[in-house]
Amino acid sequence: MPFELETAPHPEKLKRVAIEPLSRVEGHGKVTILLDDDNHVQQVRLHIVEFRGFEKFIEGRPYWEVPVMVQRLCGICPVSHHLAASKAMDMVVGAKLTPTAEKVRRLMHYGQILQSHALHFFHLSSPDLLFGFDADVAKRNIVGVLAAYPEIAKKGVLLRKYGQEVIRLTAGKRVHGTGSIPGGVNKSLTAEERALLLKDIYQMVAWSREAVQLIKRLFEENLEFYNAFGRFTAHSMCLVRADGAMDLYHGGLRARRADGTTLFDHYDYSHYWDVITEDVKSWSYMKFPFFKALGSSEAGWYRVGPLTRVALCDFIPTPLADHERKEFLAFDDGRAAGATLGYHWARMIEMLHAAEAIKDLLHDDDIEGDELVTSGERRERGVGVIEAPRGTLIHHYRVDEHDQVIRANLIVSTTHNNQAMNEAIRVVARQYLDGHEITEGLLNHIEVAIRCFDPCLSCATHALGQMPLDVELLAADGTRLDRVVRDMRGLCHRE
Amino acid sequence: MSDQNTFLLDGEEIAFTPGQTIMQAARAAGKYIPHLCWHPEFKPHGSCKLCTVKVNGRFASACTTAAAAGLEVENRTAELDDKRRTMLQLLFIEGNHFCPSCEKSGNCLLQATAYELEMLTPHFDHFYPDRPVDASHPDVMLDFNRCILCSLCVQASELVDKKCVFVMGGRGMKGRKIIINSESGRLADTDFSVDDRAASICPVGVILKKRVGFAVPYGQRTYDKAPVSIVETEAAK
Ligand code: SF4
Ligand code: FES
Repeated sequence: MPFELETAPHPEKLKRVAIEPLSRVEGHGKVTILLDDDNHVQQVRLHIVEFRGFEKFIEGRPYWEVPVMVQRLCGICPVSHHLAASKAMDMVVGAKLTPTAEKVRRLMHYGQILQSHALHFFHLSSPDLLFGFDADVAKRNIVGVLAAYPEIAKKGVLLRKYGQEVIRLTAGKRVHGTGSIPGGVNKSLTAEERALLLKDIYQMVAWSREAVQLIKRLFEENLEFYNAFGRFTAHSMCLVRADGAMDLYHGGLRARRADGTTLFDHYDYSHYWDVITEDVKSWSYMKFPFFKALGSSEAGWYRVGPLTRVALCDFIPTPLADHERKEFLAFDDGRAAGATLGYHWARMIEMLHAAEAIKDLLHDDDIEGDELVTSGERRERGVGVIEAPRGTLIHHYRVDEHDQVIRANLIVSTTHNNQAMNEAIRVVARQYLDGHEITEGLLNHIEVAIRCFDPCLSCATHALGQMPLDVELLAADGTRLDRVVRDMRGLCHRE
Repeated sequence: MSDQNTFLLDGEEIAFTPGQTIMQAARAAGKYIPHLCWHPEFKPHGSCKLCTVKVNGRFASACTTAAAAGLEVENRTAELDDKRRTMLQLLFIEGNHFCPSCEKSGNCLLQATAYELEMLTPHFDHFYPDRPVDASHPDVMLDFNRCILCSLCVQASELVDKKCVFVMGGRGMKGRKIIINSESGRLADTDFSVDDRAASICPVGVILKKRVGFAVPYGQRTYDKAPVSIVETEAAK
């Protein structure tokens, strides 16, 4: 066959790819538990196959292509990458956005928060939370929720759909749109599109409120367990607005130490590398970011995401969500706000905030404006930071005088939470590891711990069935004591 | 035959004026024959073979075959469209076409033709050729990853712009390519201008005006509104 002869001999060395980067992610969550000499859990490693190398694909590409291209990084929150890259490129083209551009982008972003949080809570987490972590796997999925709690499941599905509609009308498509471009947007909303979204938004706000009540009720019913599960203290970071308000689209960086003291505040993210740096470890492809001022990844790791954002902001600028924030922070003398399962509660507060923010924007005539794009003095460097559904997302580019990207660095939310996830699993392993055997119960609890962080890993985002896990138990001298692999159907086998 | 100067295209009578090709006559009559390297403003290049039809039972390129009285021409038959689909697949795997992040998406003749002919997969193994981007020019970028060697830029630059910025050079699968006619081989070192006809002729996403990619939203791009067969016949009217 001539085709074979003509195929490039070393395609792996070439730049372009035709595979979806997502398919590079392993299907299993791989966890190694290391014991010490006294057989106590010493360390836990969650092995993540990161989207390594994506930065290389971006190099050489023209800067205006990047906001569209980077969406292929992730099938789960493409809008976040789209917007973070656009914000970086705003800086490159020297643009100060028009009110229309900023508001349409915010609308897109809140649509993404709404759909992502709804998907995560209702489709992925509610089966565990409603039926219990040890419930029958056949029931523990969205189909089971539909059967047992049809009203809750239906609202979850419709909330997600609404968020996707917001994305479609702002980005042009439900997934992988092109709406946001360097310096602005390529479309605003028409009167009809606005009316279409306005029709249902009050219902979405109401259902989001109910979702907050639901997770609150679950906390109340299982107070001790919810507070203790996978609990650990950590430093934390997120963006906040200049007045300290929660702002998921733009702001300065705020970092708080585990003891509650401030490490830095309103830090201009365009120099993020002065406060955050990354460590590499031999056993993981994923990097370990940490606060530079604290010296090492062991001392300086932190967590990001909904829990951090709700706890770190001074207030939420929409009334219903702010009310819920206060309740959350006061609940059980503040203990819920430090609980790993508190991520779910915080996530629902953010979903309510997103719904309220969408409502406010839909009442703002600027979203129908026609001043879409601006530009100013061209710059070489661009940094875009956004609070994606899963946490702080950093995009950083250098663009040469020919408009080509010559360097790219991305730090995604799941990378920020890398060490935090290891910690949560370690705590859970200590709580649930019994002797030298990996039990079904341990697997279930590891799954729930990982899920709290809503990592963008394929193993964690299967909507049906259980999280496929591969858990290994090692003695202090490195010998393997046990290894269990569980597939999506919940079937385990011992290796 | 009712008239001296007619032929049959898929059973329909098409009038032509002497000197017209089958492609030209079909287009004038509002009929779409798939094509990539042919452009109404330029002389046919006959290289892509997408326009292959059957003339009295034999394969021929519609863009280079003269219309003649009484010919029986098959065009949109399952057999021919199957072959065209395969030729499209070959074009896709020969270059590096990554539609999802290509700014020409929605305005690209190759992509639109692939939709028209219901090409669903590339089918063959990708070649992944190494084709550099030339971004040296201040206003225009060249991304040769997507070149289908139609030669339209060569003709436009030579015949309309009178500049000869692009030349078809080299031989063979890897060698044949568009060469920039300057000592350095860079576009910046030619007298090419963004206002040249050649700057807007490329049917795919090679010759691109800088800094405007993705400015047109979904729904408003050329082939969002109608498939290429309709767009082409409308344009001919
Ligand atoms: S650059 Fe474009 S116009 Fe020129 S030969 Fe290649 S595909 Fe045709
Ligand atoms: S269009 Fe006739 S050969 Fe290309």
